[in-house]
Order: sequence, then structure tokens, then C-alpha cells
Amino acid sequence: MDTHAAEAHDDHHGPAKGLMRWIRTTNHKDIGTLYLWFSLLMFLIGGVMALIIRAELFQPGLQFIDPQFFNSMTTMHALIMIFAALMPAFVGLANWMLPIMIGAPDMALPRMNNWSFWILPFAVTMLLSTLFVEGGAPAGGWTMYPPLVLQTGAAFPMLIFSIHLLGISSIMGSINIIATIMNLRAPGMSYMKMPMFVWTWFITAFLLIATMPVLAGAVTMLLTDKYFATSFFNAAGGGDPVMFQHIFWFFGHPEVYILILPAFGIVSQIIPTFARKPLFGYSSMVYATASIAFLSFIVWAHHMFTVGMPVAGELFFMVATMLIAVPTGVKVFNWVSTMWRGSMTFETPMLFAIGFVFMFTIGGFSGVMMAMTPVDFQYHDTYFIVAHFHYVLVPGAIFSVMAAVYYWLPKWTGNMYDEKLGKFHFWMSTVFVNILFFPQHFVGLAGMPRRIPDYSVQFTNFNMISTIGAFGFGLSQLLFVYIVIKAARGGAKATDQVWDGAEGLEWTLSSPPPYHSFSTQPVVK
Amino acid sequence: MDNAADDQYYVPHGTTWPFIGSIGLTTFLVGFIMLLNGGANGKYAMIAGAVILIYMMFGWFGEVIAESEKNTYNNWEGKSFRLGMSWFIFSEVMFFAVFFGALFYARILSVPWLGGAGEEADTNRILWDGFQAVWPTNGPGNVGGEFQRMAAWGLPALNTLILLTSGATVTWAHHAIKKNDRKNLIRGLTATVVLGFLFVFLQAIEYKEAYHEGLTMGTGIYGSTFYLLTGFHGLHVTLGAVMLTVVLFRSMKGHFTPQNHFAFEAAAWYWHFVDVVWLGLFIFVYWL
Amino acid sequence: MNKAVQLLTGLVSAMAVTSANAGGWGINLREGVTDLSHEIYDLHMLVFWVCVIIGVLVFGVMIYSMVHHRASKGHKAATFHESTLAEILWTIAPILVLGFLTVPAAKALIKIEDSSNSDMTIKVTGYQWKWQYEYPEEGISFFSSMSDPSRKASVRDSGIDPNSVEHYLLDVDNPVVIPVGKKVRFLFTSNDVNHAWWVPDLAVKKDAIPGFINDMWANVTEPGTYRGQCAELCGKDHGFMPIVVIAKEQADYDAWVSEQLASAEETKAASEKTWDRDALMAQGEKVYASSCAACHQAGGQGIPGVFPAITGSPTVTGEIGEHLNTIMNGRTGTAMQAYAGQLNDADIAAVTTFQRNGLGNAVGDMVQPADVKALR
Ligand code: HEA
Ligand code: HEA
Ligand code: CUA
Ligand SMILES: [Cu+2]
Repeated sequence: MDTHAAEAHDDHHGPAKGLMRWIRTTNHKDIGTLYLWFSLLMFLIGGVMALIIRAELFQPGLQFIDPQFFNSMTTMHALIMIFAALMPAFVGLANWMLPIMIGAPDMALPRMNNWSFWILPFAVTMLLSTLFVEGGAPAGGWTMYPPLVLQTGAAFPMLIFSIHLLGISSIMGSINIIATIMNLRAPGMSYMKMPMFVWTWFITAFLLIATMPVLAGAVTMLLTDKYFATSFFNAAGGGDPVMFQHIFWFFGHPEVYILILPAFGIVSQIIPTFARKPLFGYSSMVYATASIAFLSFIVWAHHMFTVGMPVAGELFFMVATMLIAVPTGVKVFNWVSTMWRGSMTFETPMLFAIGFVFMFTIGGFSGVMMAMTPVDFQYHDTYFIVAHFHYVLVPGAIFSVMAAVYYWLPKWTGNMYDEKLGKFHFWMSTVFVNILFFPQHFVGLAGMPRRIPDYSVQFTNFNMISTIGAFGFGLSQLLFVYIVIKAARGGAKATDQVWDGAEGLEWTLSSPPPYHSFSTQPVVK
Repeated sequence: MDNAADDQYYVPHGTTWPFIGSIGLTTFLVGFIMLLNGGANGKYAMIAGAVILIYMMFGWFGEVIAESEKNTYNNWEGKSFRLGMSWFIFSEVMFFAVFFGALFYARILSVPWLGGAGEEADTNRILWDGFQAVWPTNGPGNVGGEFQRMAAWGLPALNTLILLTSGATVTWAHHAIKKNDRKNLIRGLTATVVLGFLFVFLQAIEYKEAYHEGLTMGTGIYGSTFYLLTGFHGLHVTLGAVMLTVVLFRSMKGHFTPQNHFAFEAAAWYWHFVDVVWLGLFIFVYWL
Repeated sequence: MNKAVQLLTGLVSAMAVTSANAGGWGINLREGVTDLSHEIYDLHMLVFWVCVIIGVLVFGVMIYSMVHHRASKGHKAATFHESTLAEILWTIAPILVLGFLTVPAAKALIKIEDSSNSDMTIKVTGYQWKWQYEYPEEGISFFSSMSDPSRKASVRDSGIDPNSVEHYLLDVDNPVVIPVGKKVRFLFTSNDVNHAWWVPDLAVKKDAIPGFINDMWANVTEPGTYRGQCAELCGKDHGFMPIVVIAKEQADYDAWVSEQLASAEETKAASEKTWDRDALMAQGEKVYASSCAACHQAGGQGIPGVFPAITGSPTVTGEIGEHLNTIMNGRTGTAMQAYAGQLNDADIAAVTTFQRNGLGNAVGDMVQPADVKALR
């Protein structure tokens, strides 16, 4: 019996119906959709936690919550935003777009693809339910430094295991992406012809499979230190609390580039489209991405300048860290040169992409400032840091995700989103995100430590402004939710090309694309 | 007809196994969490979770094996599987790297520091006066009390021999499968599986001895690194041995062809990986 | 729509006000009062301006092309998409800039890390949530925790306006005192979790890590009071363990030292004599407020699931020896620390008595300093 015929025949069936479709699906588009909705929900939840933080910080004194719960909010906000909102968003985009962009029939390992998504809801439920257990949710910061984190109550093993689950999920996701890119490229789609988004994800996937196991190992040691009497992070037993920080940041720093490389890819897709001009310096973009990935493994201790490392170490990590500005700069300059003498239009995706370049660069600058070890002695663990990473994460990474959604939504749904509202959403977000995070540079420099529920009165004014910005930004995001749902339900039909400057295989397919995109592969010249 | 549809990549249509797997995994972990938090019934949940997981694996792998036997796959899918397996092994390597990293950190940095090396003279003088940095150690606090170092040239050396031989026997089996020589394939695999479980058995004895001589997980940094490294390795050996057993039964049932035997290769690669990890262990945990 | 516009204009004007009287708003690093703090400040401004310049260039070009190279102006897209020369240039240029930044930074760093031939040493130990200061040479040792007015006001819905509290959250009961013009070397360690000792005006921040000693030095040039905070998340009251350093002229410093030694004698004497109940209760209430209330709460009700209540606690109302043992040696694996090293005999006796007979408990018995000494 020839099963292929049978399969090939099946291929032309649409998706199954009802809830089971989503539980059983092995289709990269369905799974991508699941990831994206999940991520949006988590963004709202993590955001609400952020709003609780900001509300408490609106004025000095404790108004709404107790210090312990405040620390829990800080910790959970970060964990949810990074592991449950931002990373799944990127994986979702990868699932939707990579196979289409390289002319693949689907992801290489469809069953495993289903699993890498379906672990997430369980992991996150486990993490969120810590809010209701005795002793409260984890409150040791997302960095989980011992010995403090070992004082966590019943929530402790839940924290550890949810991180294990999240790790398994992203490792499987990354393996799938690597296999897909290495094995399922359409004939003629050589590596150096791959779209930038594919390239950046390719490299990101390697970062993930290299660092996620490291995080898993680190939290495993926390578990055994608390429950099985080991002494990894206990000096009396010959261990060292700082060892955890080294291991964590060996994961943690590549992690932050995991959160930005796909964003670089997205921006590198969008800017050429709306500048109607090919991406400037494609190959240098590829090499820059690779060198950023490489460097990201040798800079981790810039998060630990104050732990009392030997001077030689501090010097090394200072120089290595600063070097990252070079390949990143190459990228920024390439984007600018792509815009240069183009024929630009400013639809919403382009607006978000440009906003990204501006504000990510601002965040990058503060990063370079903090790389200067002696000065970081002053910056470290202040709101200056908080300002830095929110600039790279929110108007950086999050903006890139929104740009991507606006850019590809017409392709996914077959409907155009409401351009007017989209632009409005961009301007609201941009104005408020700066009101939210820019003042944090000031309070940080003026001496306000991070992770504090209450502050001395001289920091009041900027904190108030920041909080206003937070609520403004938050509400603007509800607008985003509305726009997406509106487009998903209907609206002006989108052409296959969608954007007249757009290039690449995804635009050769109908909008929305057939359930099985390329059952037989296109040939790329 | 093997490559009949090489332009047709096989995409399965829906599967419930992953979802079941998540339920099993979560049930298991919830049980573990209850246990760690002093809940008595934790173990029942753990058993339930384990059962679900095993059921899932039989189901999932059963489905895949059936497809494979129906020649659903050809080289194209095969390459995806191989890529998947090799990068999975890479992530495993990184997992072990963490614990080796911890070992080296302790031996090269933290223990000498506590002994006053480098810029840490004060640490020793003020906090741990009189502590000498030697390896193995349970730290200046003498955490876990007296203990014996595990000698390299007893059981561990024997175990090294066993694993190395088992590495050779899978290769023997591999050559056999390529020559479609089922007799030797089964012989080679049987030998490997037996050696594998023998290793695990001896490791168990080794642990018993260690505990006898006061070396527990609680024995400072030495006990910590010793048990987590050897423990996770032992776990992986067991896993690898189980994989090989499955492959053995499949070859007895006449599965695999000289071209199409991914499951065998996956198990073999995995086996070589645990083999190499052991060499690292033998050298840095037992010997030096 | 125009509602939003109003809101925006409102906020923008708010920002305008901001920058107007920025003086009071503190928008920049403090220059500080040591040579190093000035050096660090200069480095900060240097790298800041470098970034501003690069920013102006990059953003300038972007804005220019966004204005001129737009389809709406009928600008036709060029087709160039490569220039090895450009790539090389904008790889080299940043490297040079960074090199230019690295050199002074490295120099400063090496100076900062060289704490050799210091004039005096102070050992600083972090506790959840207070600091202990020890002067080995002088034989002085004391704890320093946030002062009462701030503590009271910082309780949730305390009804006290923080603005009415002087140095809200930045004031302590016993400040650490150092002489000016001397190279003071600080040694840091911790009794429980990681903390970080940071006084912006002294420029350098260092972590206090249990089981290890870190060091850092400062040579304060002008007398004054300098305030800082713990800068490493250390649990519930991380935001409430301030640091106050008072730099005094040598003479005043010496006076302070002898003063300290004298009061040390007094406390010693206090631990010799036997106390009457009221004295114990009075002293105990003070000690409870500064040492226990942070976790077990001012009323002794604790925080369910996190910190056990004192009121009606089996330990407190139970056998006295076990109660003392808990207070003196702590409970391993919990946040309950050993107070034997933190409080003197009199204080332990007092606070034990207070816990047993205050906060809604009425066991009736009492503890004398002698009983505590016997257990040491
Ligand atoms: C998306 C995430 C992301 C990204 C991309 C970055 C990018 C960078 N980060 Fe950031 N960082 C974080 C997320 C990120 N960071 C987070 C989450 C933390 C806090 C973690 C915690 O403690 O909780 C952190 C903390 C952090 C610290 C620790 C601070 C402290 O705790 O004391 C440092 C110190 O060096 C640092 C440096 C940098 C540098 C040098 C870059 C560089 O990659 C930036 C490079 C980019 C540019 C420089 C701009 C463009 C370049 C040019 C225009 C060329 C010309 C420019 C020059 C020559 C200057 N980061
Ligand atoms: C991708 C990562 C990411 C993202 C997107 C954000 C987004 C935001 N972050 Fe956060 N943040 C971190 C990563 C991130 N953050 C990390 C790593 C830390 C460090 C943690 C630590 O120190 O350990 C941190 C810490 C941190 C702090 C410091 C806390 C402290 O030090 O104590 C603050 C304070 O202002 C803050 C604020 C915000 C705000 C206002 C947003 C906003 O952008 C959020 C905007 C979104 C919304 C507001 C949601 C919108 C929805 C609604 C308003 C309606 C809700 C309705 C329903 C849910 C039905 N974050
Ligand atoms: Cu002590 Cu924070
Ligand atoms: Cu970093």
C-alpha cells in the first residue's frame, strides 16, 4: 500500500474542527497562531503585574501592597514577560513565517512542534499558581540569586520545575527550527539567500539550545541545595553563592540577545519593504549577527561587576562587553543606509520598525555606559539599569513584535488591519513608553535602587511621571488587542503582495495562505 | 520504492500524544512538588504521572515506528530526525557542562579562595581561619562530617572498561546492520545492553559503598558535585540502555534495513555520548 | 482622539516643568566627595557625551532621509545595497571610540581596586535587614538599622506622610563614623543573604556575600553626612536598610571613638546587674521594635505563612529554655536568625521577657541577663 498517495490526498483537507484542532494540530500555522495568542495574553498578565508595581511606586510610602508581595510582582512580571510573553511571541512568528520564507512544506518535526507549544500553558499555570500558595510567589527577583531565593516558601519547587518545563519547550522549539532551516529549504535557497529573519532565528536557535540547558542545570542546583543538602552555593561547604551568578548569567546574557536577534531580523525585513530598496549590506548583517551571538558568550560577568571579581576579570568583561557595540552598530548603520535614498512610506509596520531603531539604540547607549566597569559601580542595581533594559526590551523587542504583527497580519488573516488605528496605536505607544521609561534614567542616576517598594521622597516626581506613562502605555496596548481582533474577524481584503515593496516567498502565496503552504517546494533562482 | 516520494515531505495529521505527555509530565512534577513540600500523597501523583508518560511514549513512538515500517519516511525525513537527535545531544552536552563547570569552579576558584588564595586572604583570615584548600573537601564548615574520597582504580576503573567495551559492541552491531547481518546485529546489541545495565548495577554498589564511608550529597562541595555528576550520568546511561533495549527488540522483530535504521543510530549516538561523558567523569571526578 | 491630545499636552507640559526646576529633581549622578567619585563622575559624563554625539549623527541621518527620501515627495528609490568600504569604516570607527573610552576606564578601575596601605579598616556585615559595623583596631562594634520615624511611616497605610519624615528611608539609629582625609578600607560580608553596601557620594558599591570578604576603600575629602541604601535584593525589607556615613575631622572622630568605648562599658555593666520586670519590659519593647518587628510585626501577629506570630506562639508561651534557644541560635532553614551574636545579654533577657509578657502573651516569668550569660 502506498501511504504517500493517501497522505498527499489528506494534505488537501482543511484543518479539523473545534477545540481538538488546536490540541492535536501539527500544522506550523496553527501552532504559530497558538503561540501568538498565548503570548499576547501573557503580555497582558505580565503587564498588569507591571501596573501593580508602578501603582505602588506612584508615591513614596506603601499604599497598596506589602513589600514581600511587591518583590513577588517584580519577580513574576519579569519571568512572565521574558519566558511567557516575548520568547513565545518570537517562536510563534518563527513557526508562522520560517517554513513559508524558505519554501518548506511545514516544520521539520511537526509532532514535536505541537509539544513545544503545549508544554507552555502547563508550565505557566504552574508558575502563576505560586501566587496562591503558602508563603507567596517567588520574590527573589527573576535572577533567583541564592541564598535569598532559598528562603522561598512552598512556591520554590514550583518555580524551579516551571523553569525546567519552559526550558524543555524552547529547546524542542529551537531544535525544530534548526532542523527545518538545515533540511527543508527550497531548492536554490542557499544559506546566503535566506531572508534576514530566517538567519537571525537560525542563530538564535543555537543560542537557545546552548544556554537553556545551562539555566536548567543552575536551577537544579538550587533545588538540591534547598532540599537535598548539597552545598553548591554555600561557602561553608566549599561552594560559593557567586558561582550561581556566573552560571545564571552565562545563560542570562545570551538570553537577552535571544530576545533581540529575532527583532533585528524582523526590522531587517520591514525596512527594505517600505524603503523600496534592498537591505543594505546583507552579508555584513549575517556576520554581525553571528559575532553578536559569539560575543554574547564571553560578556556575562558585566552583570556582576560589584561581586568582587579579580581586576583582570573585570577588565576582560568590560572590553568584551564594549565590543558588542561594534557588530550591533554595523546593523544600525545598515538599517540607516537601507532607508537612505529609498522611497519611503510610513505604514504602521515601518513606523514601529523605525521606532525600534531609535529607541533600541538609546537602550544600547546606556548599555555601553554600563559596560564601563568603574561607572557601573554607580549604576548597578539602580533604576538606570531598569531604564536600560526596558528600552531594549519594550520599544526594542516588543515593538519589533508589533511591527511584525502589523506587517504579516494581512498575510495571516487575508484582511488589512485598520491603518488609522494602527498609526494611532504607534504614536500612543511611543509617546507613553518614553514617558514611562525615560524618567527612570534620572531617578536611577540620582540614586534610586531597583527592586524597592518604597523610595525616599526626592524621587517622587519622576516616579509619578513614569507611572502615568505606564498606565498610558498599558491602555494603548488594549488598542492593539482591539485592532488585531478586528482584522482577524474581517475588513478590507488583502492582496497576495500586500505591500508593494515586499519581496520573498511569503508574498507569492495567497492571503491567507493555504493550510499546507508548499506541499511541493518552489524553486528559488 | 523507498524514495518514491522524495519531493513529498511527510507531514503527520494531528496527534494527541504531546498533550498527553504534558499532562503526564505536569502530574509527575506536581507530585514531586507535593513531596518536597512535605505532602504525603505526592508519590501517588508521581506514579500516576510516570504511568501516563510511559503510555505516551509507547503511543507516540509506536505511531512513528509503524509509519517508518510502512516506508512513510525516506531520506528527507530521516535527515530531519538525525538533525533533531544530534542537536538534542548537543543540548545534553551543555547540561553536563554546567555541572563540570561547577566542579571546576569549586576546585580552581572557590575552594582555593576560601583557603585564602588570590585576593581572598581576608576571607580565610577573618571567616575561615585555619582552613586549608585541598581537594576533595567538604568545605571550611566541614559540612556533612568525615568522608572518604572515592578511589579511581577500583569499581570506577572497571566501569570505564565496561562502558568502553559497550561502545565497541554497538559499533560491531552498527557494522552488522549495514551489512544486513541480523545475527551479529542482535549479538552486538545484546552485549551492549547487558554491559550497560551491568554498569548501572556496579554504580549502585559504588553508591552504597560511598554512603557507607560517609560520602553523601550533603558532604560539602565534593559530595554535591560527585553525586550530581555521576547521578545524572547514571540516569542517562539507564535511559540509553532502555533505548538500546527497544532497538534490540525491534531488530529481533526484523525491523530496520541497511538504509533505514534511524532509531538504531540515535540510540548508538546517545550511547557514545554517555560514554564520552563518563571519561570526563572518570578523569576529573575520580582520578585527578 | 483629541481627548488623548489633551492628555498628551498635559503630560508634555508636566515634563517641561520637570526640566525647568531640574535642580531639585536630581537627574544626574552625584559627583561625590572622594577623588575616585569625581573621576567616576567625569567618566560618566565622558561616555554620556560620546553617546550623545553618536546619537545625534545616527538619528540626524535617519531623520534627514525620513524627511527627504519619502515616496510622498516623489523620491525614487536608489538601488545600491552594498559598500565594503562603508562597512569597514563603520566597523573601525566604533572600535576607535571604544578604545578611547576603555583607557581611562581601565586606569580608574585599577586605582579603585587597589586598597593597599589603608589607614584604617571597618568591617561591614549585612543582616536581614540591618548593617553591623566593626572597628577591629578600636574594638568598636554596633548595629545600624533604619530609624523609627521612617519605620513607622513606611508601614502600609500608616497614615503618616513620608514628606513629613526627615530623611525618609535614609536615616539610621547608629550611623557609621569615619575620619576625613584617611584611606578607610571597608571589608564586606554577610550573615544571611547577599546585600550590597552603597553610598553614592563614596562612589563605590560592593556586594556583601555570606562566607566571603569583599573590600573597597574611600578617602572622604570633606566632613559631612552621606546617605545610601542596600543595593542588592535581600528580601522583604531590602528597601529599608539604609546606610549613613558621617565623616568627621580627626579630633571629632577620636572623641566619637572614646564615646563609643564608654557606652560599651555601660552596656556591659547593664548585663552584670539584675533587672526588675518593668525595666526588662521597657528595654524589651525597644529591642523588639528594632530587631523582631520587621518580620513578626509590631503587634506580634506575624505574617501568616511567611513569618510566625509571637502572640500565642507555642515556643514563646512554652518552656523558657527553648524560647531563649530559638532567639539566641535561630532556626536553620528559616529566616529566623541567631541573635546571640547580635544582642547583648541584657537585651536578649529583656526581649525574651517582653515577648513572653507583652504582645498579648502573659506567661508571667522573666529572664535575667545572668540566665542568658549562662547559656552562652
Ligand atoms: C534585549 C535585551 C538586551 C539587549 C539587546 C542589551 C544590550 C546591551 N546591554 Fe543590557 N541588559 C538587559 C537586556 C539587554 N541588554 C537586561 C534585561 C539587563 C538587566 C538584567 C537584570 O539585572 O535584571 C541588562 C543589563 C546590562 C548590564 C548590567 C548592568 C548592571 O546590572 O550593573 C550591562 C553592563 O554592561 C549591559 C550592557 C549591555 C550592552 C553593552 C548592550 C549592547 O548589546 C548594546 C549595543 C548597542 C548599541 C551600542 C547601540 C547601537 C550602536 C551604535 C549606534 C554604534 C556606535 C555606538 C558606540 C560606539 C557606543 N546590560
Ligand atoms: C520583555 C520583558 C519586559 C517587558 C515587556 C516589561 C514591560 C514593563 N515593565 Fe518590566 N521588567 C522586566 C522585563 C520586562 N518589563 C525585567 C526583566 C525586570 C527585572 C525584574 C527583576 O528585577 O527581577 C523588570 C522590572 C520592572 C520594573 C522594576 C521593578 C523593581 O525593580 O522593583 C518596573 C517598574 O517600573 C517595570 C515596569 C514595566 C512596565 C510598566 C512595563 C510595560 O511595558 C508593560 C506594558 C503592558 C501592559 C500594561 C499590559 C496592558 C494591559 C492592560 C493595561 C489591561 C490588562 C487587562 C487584562 C489582563 C484583562 N518592570
Ligand atoms: Cu540588604 Cu538589600
Ligand atoms: Cu548582559
